[in-house]
Amino acid sequence: MRWYASAIYVFLYLPIALIVIYSFNAGRYAMDWQGFSVEWYFKAFANPFAMKALRTSLVVALWTAVLATIIGTLAALGLERVRGWLRQAFDVLIYVAIMVPGVVIGIATLIAFVTVFEVVNPVIFAVFGDAVPRLSMGLPTVIGAHVLFNLAVVILIVRSRLAGLDRSLIEASEDLYATPLGTFRQVVLPLLAPAILASFLLAFTFSFEDFIIAFFVAGPDSTLPIYIFSSIRRGITPEVNAIGTVVLVVSLTLLIAAQFLLRERGPAKRRGDTA
Amino acid sequence: MRNGQNGATVPTVAFRNVTKRFGEVVAANGLELEIRSGEFLSFLGPSGCGKTTALRMIAGFEQPSEGDVLIDGTRVNELPAYRRPVNMVFQSYALFPHLNVARNVAYGLLQRSPRPPRTEIDRRVAAMLDLVQLRGFENRRIWEMSGGQQQRVALARALINEPKVLLLDEPLAALDRKLRRDMQIELQNLQRRVGITFILVTHDQEEALSMSDRVCIMRDGGIVQQGTPADLYDRPVNRYVADFVGKSNFFAGTVLTARGGGAVIELDGGGTVTAGRTGEGLSLLPGDAVSVAVRPEQIVLARREDALPAGGAATISARVQNRIFLGEHIEYLLRSETLGEFLTLAPRRSELTERPFEAGEAVFAAFSTEAALVLGSE
Ligand SMILES: Nc1ncnc2c1ncn2[C@@H]1O[C@H](COP(=O)(O)OP(=O)(O)OP(=O)(O)O)[C@@H](O)[C@H]1O
Ligand SMILES: [Mg+2]
Repeated sequence: MRWYASAIYVFLYLPIALIVIYSFNAGRYAMDWQGFSVEWYFKAFANPFAMKALRTSLVVALWTAVLATIIGTLAALGLERVRGWLRQAFDVLIYVAIMVPGVVIGIATLIAFVTVFEVVNPVIFAVFGDAVPRLSMGLPTVIGAHVLFNLAVVILIVRSRLAGLDRSLIEASEDLYATPLGTFRQVVLPLLAPAILASFLLAFTFSFEDFIIAFFVAGPDSTLPIYIFSSIRRGITPEVNAIGTVVLVVSLTLLIAAQFLLRERGPAKRRGDTA
Repeated sequence: MRNGQNGATVPTVAFRNVTKRFGEVVAANGLELEIRSGEFLSFLGPSGCGKTTALRMIAGFEQPSEGDVLIDGTRVNELPAYRRPVNMVFQSYALFPHLNVARNVAYGLLQRSPRPPRTEIDRRVAAMLDLVQLRGFENRRIWEMSGGQQQRVALARALINEPKVLLLDEPLAALDRKLRRDMQIELQNLQRRVGITFILVTHDQEEALSMSDRVCIMRDGGIVQQGTPADLYDRPVNRYVADFVGKSNFFAGTVLTARGGGAVIELDGGGTVTAGRTGEGLSLLPGDAVSVAVRPEQIVLARREDALPAGGAATISARVQNRIFLGEHIEYLLRSETLGEFLTLAPRRSELTERPFEAGEAVFAAFSTEAALVLGSE
């Protein structure tokens, strides 16, 4: 590897490495190394605010992953049958959703939510009075925004797997007397399962580590990235580093798992004949 | 044939004037065919002639644009594939990669309602794996099997359902020559044992001729000729069939006189041939342009003209261009000044020659009147 290539990697990953290293610092100031210790991890897990943010993030990520995976998979299956200009329109929209920067999605969904609330809330008030709370920003809006941008990811992954699916397997199943529903259950779904699971993990990860979109549409409950952001403003402590490291490890693990699931399962190592 | 009221047997599968179009492409063109129960029939033809399309219309993956497909005398045009009593062995085998060998084989039985009891399924899977000699492979994954083994799994998966008809789309194409030969024999034995109607698609003429009771020669979506392998070899209706089934020499010429089944033909290269046979459905008039077809093994060679059998249709003096050693036989490519190149096939030890002819050697070739078959010129 050329030296400048190495330099780029150092530049990219050094900050992350520093965060991980200094999360094990015994001292109380972030960049002042006082020896190895894991006490900040215990402190972080004992911090009620951090734990509440973590729980919020997990709830948001889980709901996002579940909803995005279900809706995205159904959409991918449906789009498989769409042809012509309609199909092209959907394809373009899906890529747009992936390429649009998070800030734009954040602002756009915020405006959308506010606009809808402005219309709906007076109606709710007129019908129910104060008995029913007004709609406002909160976990559901974060989940909604996250589902929106993760949908595109799920659709792309599931659809590429679907496109690679051998048509003759479906015909073989029908030839062997399976009804269309039976074929879907016994052949299509099992073969799509790795892709569906992988997109679930990716959606979970993207939601779990998202700061920008959540920053715009979150209500009073902050997610973990928002909590980290606000505590950094009070100075970087080893505790923040420890939380950051936990987020990093969780995300990387899920990403690697997803990557593993999406690997093409080749004509793997054949055992010698044993019979 | 009317629904077998007077004891006449109903064909297991029948095409009635079946046409299938894909946009501009006509993949099947007015197919007429009846396949009897227990028969081993092949569709033989070059790539793109519509063999697979014909098979897929029986399986139910394609609907005819015109005409009817009948199974046991019942029209099945609109019957979906999963309700037809036929099973298919796919060219790529299409085994389910997420199921092991036993679950692949059991797949068809598991779709029955009511589902047969567990013990019954296990018993039949075991019996099937016995039949294809794959006992002990039950828990193998598909990708852990060799090509030949996968092929037998695919066979077992289809046969376990005891279909009325087994459809095979070039099931041996992916196998190497030796294994293919073995599987051809196995398939043939299997068909005799289970007594199920087999319909095989292939573009390998040797495969079709060696395995089938009857062969349909196809071209451009149509059936050119159907008959037993011997019929097709001995009595091809045109040049296309003669060329496709075995090797053949064609000598262009013009009819001088025609009478009975035979004719006297003036060859374009000079000289005349007395041909003893005429292709079916061909009526000859003097002046018609025709081809005289002669099989290579029906041409005898000798070093001296007087060593040739007397009373031949023609005697040709030629020079050996090339010699191909085929084990028992030797194939000679000869060239005559008047007739151009032609092939002969001689047993290695013929009574006429103790030692084989050498390239460049001058020889005399002759064939009998009965060996000469007059066909249309196209
Ligand atoms: N689904 C389809 N859509 C459009 N054209 C098709 C389709 N299936 C087949 N064809 C066309 O119909 C013709 C016959 O195809 P078919 O697959 O039956 O040929 P084949 O005899 O099986 O050839 P091969 O030996 O190469 O398998 C071809 O010209 C092919 O391109
Ligand atoms: Mg084909």
